[in-house]
Amino acid sequence: MKQTTLIYKLIMAATGLFLCFFLVIHLLGNLQLLLPESEAREQFNWYSHLLSGNIIIKIISYVLYLSLIGHAVYSLLITLKNKKANGTKYVYDKRAKVSNWNSRNMGILGTIILIFLIIHFKDYWYVYKFGNLPLDAKGNKDLYAIVISSFQQGWYVLIYEISFLALGFHLLHGFFSATRTLGLYHPKYAKAVRIFGWIYSVVITFGFMQIPIYIYFNLHS
Amino acid sequence: MKLYLKVWRQENRTSGGSMIDYEVDGISEHMSFLEMLDLLNERLILKGERVIEFDHDCREGICGACGMMINGRAHGPLTGTTTCQLHMRSFKDGDTVYIEPFRAAAFPILRDLKTDRSSFDHIIQAGGYISASTGQAPESNSILIAHDTAEAAFDAAACIGCGACVATCKNSSAALFTSAKISHLVLLPQGKTESADRVIKMISQMDAEGFGHCTNTEACEVECPQEISSLHIGRMNYEYNKALILRK
Repeated sequence: MKQTTLIYKLIMAATGLFLCFFLVIHLLGNLQLLLPESEAREQFNWYSHLLSGNIIIKIISYVLYLSLIGHAVYSLLITLKNKKANGTKYVYDKRAKVSNWNSRNMGILGTIILIFLIIHFKDYWYVYKFGNLPLDAKGNKDLYAIVISSFQQGWYVLIYEISFLALGFHLLHGFFSATRTLGLYHPKYAKAVRIFGWIYSVVITFGFMQIPIYIYFNLHS
Repeated sequence: MKLYLKVWRQENRTSGGSMIDYEVDGISEHMSFLEMLDLLNERLILKGERVIEFDHDCREGICGACGMMINGRAHGPLTGTTTCQLHMRSFKDGDTVYIEPFRAAAFPILRDLKTDRSSFDHIIQAGGYISASTGQAPESNSILIAHDTAEAAFDAAACIGCGACVATCKNSSAALFTSAKISHLVLLPQGKTESADRVIKMISQMDAEGFGHCTNTEACEVECPQEISSLHIGRMNYEYNKALILRK
């Protein structure tokens, strides 16, 4: 017996929720950039170093890469199947009136996030892993300096802000959608989780958004 | 009242179709939408043209036979209504009204506004049954069912299988329909025996019929004439996940 639709959705939910969890950890790391400048450099570089040597972190990072790839690949498979299921197109289509725009455009929002991730990985992940970085006073690679200098350009800040907004709307639907795929149907808890999802999305989105703006206006390399 | 209609006309399953313009005057606001189409069809007969074919049966909102996209919305502009219960007072004199069949790969168009929704029947056939002992009817009070449970099961059983959920879904998913059938049976003691097999079989059939994935946009529950809650989709997913883990 061949069943795909719900298995695919389960993969989307599991990878999506893992990425949601990762965002919390990532945000907590980034918030160290908001410390007073003298502390921030050493603290942030120490934290970055901590994340690159540890075997447990290494395993989690491979799960992360797999989740990212899996989430993107399965979303593509699902979209292809859905397009096929649509049959002929409506001549006059006002169906959009009865659902939220972000729930209908998860693919577009996801694509914006994917493009952002390519830029993000290239500028930080790749540079940190394979580039020659100067060392700070404690002998850790000075990622802090790279971060501060990259957010001196207004257009670069803008790319980040737009991407975070796309992420926010993606999370707004994605978190709730994942819990439903996992089978949450109790009216009371479904509502509670939905409200939690909204709060989570807002905190994550604005948490990330404030950092490039803070750096652009307050810090100079 | 006079309306300018643009109606999808298609000869058969395989031929293409197109929107044809009709001007209809003398419409009363008390007419149902289907009666307005009857009026147009009578005039087409007098002119010797082929009538516009559409599905209908009870015309009192309980059978699920009628269903069309009216101005780009399933069953027209109102929520929680079938096409036959939509009345012409919802339109204004001189309006242009687009009328199309429900579209989905699993609902092939037979002619004009008529679609083949037997894919729904196949989903029910795959698992929409219970085991019952033969012999005399059992004493009704020997199986106790709490009032709330009976009502919840009945809320799901209210699905009339019209297909508006599929038509309005951007993924043409039959999740609301299938979940309503699964919820209806799993809530009651008689339906518990086959619950794991049922959910696997019905979802497999849903896939085999070519319906899409549910992405939880919840458009379906807005357009459902019976206002069936999309929480049933959550319950279907729960039953499915449970079956994946526990089924022998």
